[in-house]
Amino acid sequence: MLAKPLIAAGAMIALAWSQGFAQGTASPADVQEIVNKASAAAYYQGTNGRATVHMSIKDAQGRERTRDFVILRKNIDDVDNGEQRFYVFFKRPADVNKTSFLVWKHADAEDDRWLYLPALDLVKRIAPSDERTSFVGSHFFYEDVSGRGPEEDTHVLEEETADYFIVRSTPKAPSAVEFARYKNWIHKSTFIPVQTQYYDAAGEVFRTYAAVSVETIDGHSTVVQSSMTDTRIGGTTHMQYSDVAYDVDLPNDIFTERYLRNPPLRHIR
Amino acid sequence: MTNWRAHMMATAIVTALSAIGPALAQEPPPLPAGLSPAETSGDREQTDEPVPNPPALPADLDAATPADRAPEKGTRKPPSPPLGLTGFIDARSGARIIADPTQKTLSIGELRAQLGRDVETNIATFRFVGDFFYDQVEDVSDADIETGHGFFDLREANALVRPLPFLDIKAGRQILTWGVGDLVFINDLFPKDFRSFFIGRDDEYLKAPSDAIRLSAFSEIANIEFVYTPRFDADRFITGDRISYFNPALQRLAGRDAIIDAQSPTEWFKDDERAARIYRSVAGYEVALYGYSGYWKTPEGVTAAGQPFHPRLAVLGGSLRGPLKGGLLTAEFGHYFSRDDLRGDNSLVRNGETRFLAGYEREIASELTASVQYVGEYISDYGALESALAPGATAPDRMRHLITLRLTKLMLNQTLTLSGFNYWSPNEQDGYFRFRASYKLSDAWLAEAGGNIFYGVDEDTFFGQLENNTNLFVGIRRYF
Repeated sequence: MLAKPLIAAGAMIALAWSQGFAQGTASPADVQEIVNKASAAAYYQGTNGRATVHMSIKDAQGRERTRDFVILRKNIDDVDNGEQRFYVFFKRPADVNKTSFLVWKHADAEDDRWLYLPALDLVKRIAPSDERTSFVGSHFFYEDVSGRGPEEDTHVLEEETADYFIVRSTPKAPSAVEFARYKNWIHKSTFIPVQTQYYDAAGEVFRTYAAVSVETIDGHSTVVQSSMTDTRIGGTTHMQYSDVAYDVDLPNDIFTERYLRNPPLRHIR
Repeated sequence: MTNWRAHMMATAIVTALSAIGPALAQEPPPLPAGLSPAETSGDREQTDEPVPNPPALPADLDAATPADRAPEKGTRKPPSPPLGLTGFIDARSGARIIADPTQKTLSIGELRAQLGRDVETNIATFRFVGDFFYDQVEDVSDADIETGHGFFDLREANALVRPLPFLDIKAGRQILTWGVGDLVFINDLFPKDFRSFFIGRDDEYLKAPSDAIRLSAFSEIANIEFVYTPRFDADRFITGDRISYFNPALQRLAGRDAIIDAQSPTEWFKDDERAARIYRSVAGYEVALYGYSGYWKTPEGVTAAGQPFHPRLAVLGGSLRGPLKGGLLTAEFGHYFSRDDLRGDNSLVRNGETRFLAGYEREIASELTASVQYVGEYISDYGALESALAPGATAPDRMRHLITLRLTKLMLNQTLTLSGFNYWSPNEQDGYFRFRASYKLSDAWLAEAGGNIFYGVDEDTFFGQLENNTNLFVGIRRYF
C-alpha cells in the first residue's frame, strides 16, 4: 500500500538535537524548572537550526540498518517549550531517498504531520499517533526525538551530585506510556540530559538513553552522538549529528507544502 | 563464546551487586565527551585532552557493550550506484486464480529496473526516471512510451526552476497528484494506470506520467497552481489486453478477443488539458478549490460507428483535510460536466455527475491504522438518461455508493507491513480487496506478496466485471 513502514510509522517526527545553556546559569529553585530547562536545552536552542543525521539501528542479532537525513528546525516566536516546525529530508536508505517529512509541533495539541512520496507526487497527511512508537524503525520513539512535554510527568529531585541533577519522573497518565517511571541525569551547568533510564513496573531498567558526545557549536553545547538501548525490543540505535548549525537563514515557507514537494536544495546539502 | 559468557557473567555479577547496594550508591554516568565536570569538584581531574572516541558509555550501559562488539553481521553497506544513479531492480510474478478463457493464466511475470538521476545546477534541477522492463504477459510489439506498453516506461524527465521568489515551474514529463481521497480520485484528473494497479505492481505505478508544465505560485493569501498539458494524456485504462472487462456491445465479458481501440485526442495544443488548484490553510485545515478542463480520462463515449472515444469533460470541485478527534478528516467533492452530453440525453456519451467523499483515519492500536471512506457518485441528468436509453437497455442506479476500508499494521520493528484495502459498493454489490505483506529483509532488499481480489454479484458492475482477473503475486526488490 502507500504506507511503507516509514510512512505508516505514524511515529515519525523531526529530531531535535540537544544543546545546553551557557555556563553560570543560576541554580533553579524547583525541580519543574530543572526539567523545563532540560527540555529547552534538549529541543529548543537557537531560534532555528539544521543538522545532518546518521542513524544506525542494530537489532538483537547485531544486524544493522541505517537512516540518513537532514533536519531543519525552527522555533516559532523563539519560545522555549512552545511551537516548532521541522522539515526532514531523507537520503538513505534508497527506498526512502527524496522522501520529505514536515511537522508542525504544537504545545497543546496533536502535531500536524505530512509526508511527501516523490514517486507518487503525493502529499500525505499523517493521522496523529501514539508518540511512544518507533521513529523510522529505530529504538528512539517519536517522543524521544520531538520532546516529551515537561508537564506530562511528576518530577522529584532524587539526588544532586557534583555534575548532575538526578530527577525521578512518574507519568501523570500511566496508561498512555510503556514505562512506570524514569530517571534522568541532567548535567548541571548545561542542563543536557546525559542519561535517561526507563523502569518497568517491577523496578527493572529496560530502556536507556545516553548522550555520548557533546560539542559546542555556534555557542551552544550540542549532543552530537547519542544512543538508545531497549531490552524489550532488543538492540541499540546510535545517532550521530554532523554539519550542525544554528540561527541560519531559514524562511518560514520552508515548512510548507511548496518545499515538501520540491526540497530547498541550499538547506539540505 | 567462552569470552562472551565470561563477560556476560561478569556483567551480571556487577549488575546484581549494584542492585543490592543502596540506591544512593548508584554510579552516575560518566560525563559524555565535550561536557565539562563541575568546577568545584576537586576530586575530579580536569583535562583538556580529547576524550577517546567513542567515549566510555555510562555505567549502566555496560551490559550493551558485548553486543556492540560482537562480530558485525549484515552490516555491509550497499555499494554506491554508478554515475549517481538511484533506483531498484524488481522481479515480480503473479497468476490468476480464476480461469479466464480470454486471458493468459500469468497475470504478471516481469523483471524491471528503474534508473533515476537528478542533476542540480544553479538555475534548474533536472530529474530523469525511467523503467526498463521485460514482462512475459506484455506484447512487446506494441511498444509505446505514451501507454507504457513494451519495454520502456519514461516516468520523469523534467526541469524545475524557481524564476521568482514566489514561483516554481516544473516542465516536462512528470507525475502529478492532488486531492485528498485515499485511492479514490475526484479532482485529480492526472493520468492513472489501472492495469498496473490491478496486477500487483508497486503502488507508485498507479500514477502514469503527464507531459505537462506546472506553475505554482505561493502567497500568504493562497497558493495557486496551474497545470497545462498540451496534448491529452489518457489513463492507462482497461482495454482487455491484460485485464478482462464487460463489453456492453457484446453484452458479455471480453478480453484479448475484444481489445478496446479507443480514439484518443492527439493534436498538440488543441487537444489539451488544463487543471488548476487554489489552496490554503484555514484553522489547521487544508482547504482547496479545483478546476479541470479536458477529456474523460477513460473512453466514456462511443461514436455512432461504434468507436470508443474520450468525450470532453470539465470539473469543478473542492476539498478539505484536517485533524478531528484524534484522527484525520478528509472531504472532497467534484462536479463533472460531460461537455459532449450537457443535457444528459446522449446515450452514447457518459452523463455528467457529482462525486463526493468523506473519510476518517486514525490509529486504533499501536502501529495499526484504520481508515474509512464513503464515496458517492450521483448522475446529473437522470431523467434525460432514462428517456434516451436504447430499447432493452437498463439504466444504472442514479447513485453509486462506495465504502472503502484500509487497515495497515507495522510489525517487527517496522520491517513487516501488513495492509489491506477494500472497496465495496452496497448498491452495485461488488468490490475489490487489495492486500499486501511486505518485508524489509535489509535496507536494500524488500520481499512482497499480495493479492487483488475482485468480486461482485453481476458481471457488468464496476468491480464485478473484473472478477476473473483475481490474482495473487510475489515480488522481490533490490534498491540501490
